[in-house]
Amino acid sequence: MPPRQPDFTSLSFVDVSRHFGRRRVLNRISLCCEAGEVVALLGPNGAGKSTLLSLAATLLTPSSGEIRYGEQTMAAAGPGLRGRIGVLGHDLYVYPELSAAENLTFFGRLYGLADVEARVAAALDRAGLAHRDDPVGRFSRGMRQRLALERALLHEPRLVLLDEPFTGLDDAATGMLRERLGGLRQAGCIVLLTTHDLETIEGLVDRAVLLRGAALTVLDELDGGPRSLRERYRAAAEARA
Amino acid sequence: MFLRTVWLVVRKDLLIELRSREIVYTTLFFAISCVLVFAFGFVRDGRPVEDAAAGILWIAIAFSGTLALGRAFERERQSETLRALMMAPVDRPALYVGKLAGVLLLLAVVEAVVVPLVALMFQAPLFAHPLLMAGLLATGTTGFAAVGTLFAAMLVRARSRDVLLPILLYPITIPVIIGGVRGTAALLQPDVDLPMATVWLSMLACFDVVFITLALWTFEPSMTE
Repeated sequence: MPPRQPDFTSLSFVDVSRHFGRRRVLNRISLCCEAGEVVALLGPNGAGKSTLLSLAATLLTPSSGEIRYGEQTMAAAGPGLRGRIGVLGHDLYVYPELSAAENLTFFGRLYGLADVEARVAAALDRAGLAHRDDPVGRFSRGMRQRLALERALLHEPRLVLLDEPFTGLDDAATGMLRERLGGLRQAGCIVLLTTHDLETIEGLVDRAVLLRGAALTVLDELDGGPRSLRERYRAAAEARA
Repeated sequence: MFLRTVWLVVRKDLLIELRSREIVYTTLFFAISCVLVFAFGFVRDGRPVEDAAAGILWIAIAFSGTLALGRAFERERQSETLRALMMAPVDRPALYVGKLAGVLLLLAVVEAVVVPLVALMFQAPLFAHPLLMAGLLATGTTGFAAVGTLFAAMLVRARSRDVLLPILLYPITIPVIIGGVRGTAALLQPDVDLPMATVWLSMLACFDVVFITLALWTFEPSMTE
């Protein structure tokens, strides 16, 4: 039996700081994301967006502060909590020597999923890769990105962390990913994504926050405001500069 | 769940190795080259230098083992799949044991070729006491790979990991290598010293228990940055 997987309906960063040696990447960050919400984490390269996602993914520990999954911390909830988190990283987390089905089956079994074959078949269908049985190393970047997304979502996580999910996708795949993210919101997932592609996520995200200078700023007027996300991003970035 | 995770990781590693055959071919080539080069140096007029066979056998195992350890984790680094493994809701020490078991199976293949080769080239009676010899090889390789797997995992994101791995690994595994060499030498000398070989075997088993316990204890904190 896999470890019990505790559920939660919110993700909270409470005064979270993270240092790498003497370099301070995040300084007393506080942010709360609720179930059914898509939150965009924006900022220039090196701002600490991926670090914040890694902290939420339990791959890093905060130097100070606390990350709460509902009412629990990772230490209190145990390894089962990781079964409620899905991560699509900058790197794709798939084995290039294995086929798409072998990759998904391996991770499905590692997560202790029931009915792995059916889930894998459905995931391959969604990714448009059902006909491919060659090693993933021969796939195009877009195909690998679609497979990596299905790997991240195979276990139906509550918290979905997506680092640059639109990278390498063509227009059709971008449209499908937008639909998928909308579906995740409907299903009550907490989606936290990073991107530089502001036009693509226009109208998709419920909230956007700017990470710059190790601190967070909330971008205002996302619901029907007169300015585009790009304009609000620029305004917030200039205000912090 | 622990053993199931171990099995899943081992099976995945073996499947990848069966596809690429990269580690087994490179380590085998390296180990065979090592034995052949030493054979040219230490065998004169068909007679090997005394005790050379034991040392050369363990040098070949240690060097090829270092190569296998580095490559086994290089695969996990390429697409950052080690992070995906760390994200799974499983006991992280089970991932360590899975990687260790995969490395041990690969080294078993290497030893299956290298031991008869050393026996042939150095006219060493390595099969005279097969159980003791197998015990020395199993415990020595396990101790070496137990420390190596931990260090290779810890160094997977270090820029100079290829240099750092042997620098960190060899000083700590010297007792294992010495135990393997002395135990094997006790079996190869003209008057076979079975009690001495058994003492070294017991010491290697103790090293294994200590190293594996420490590795299981430190794997999770060292992998959570």
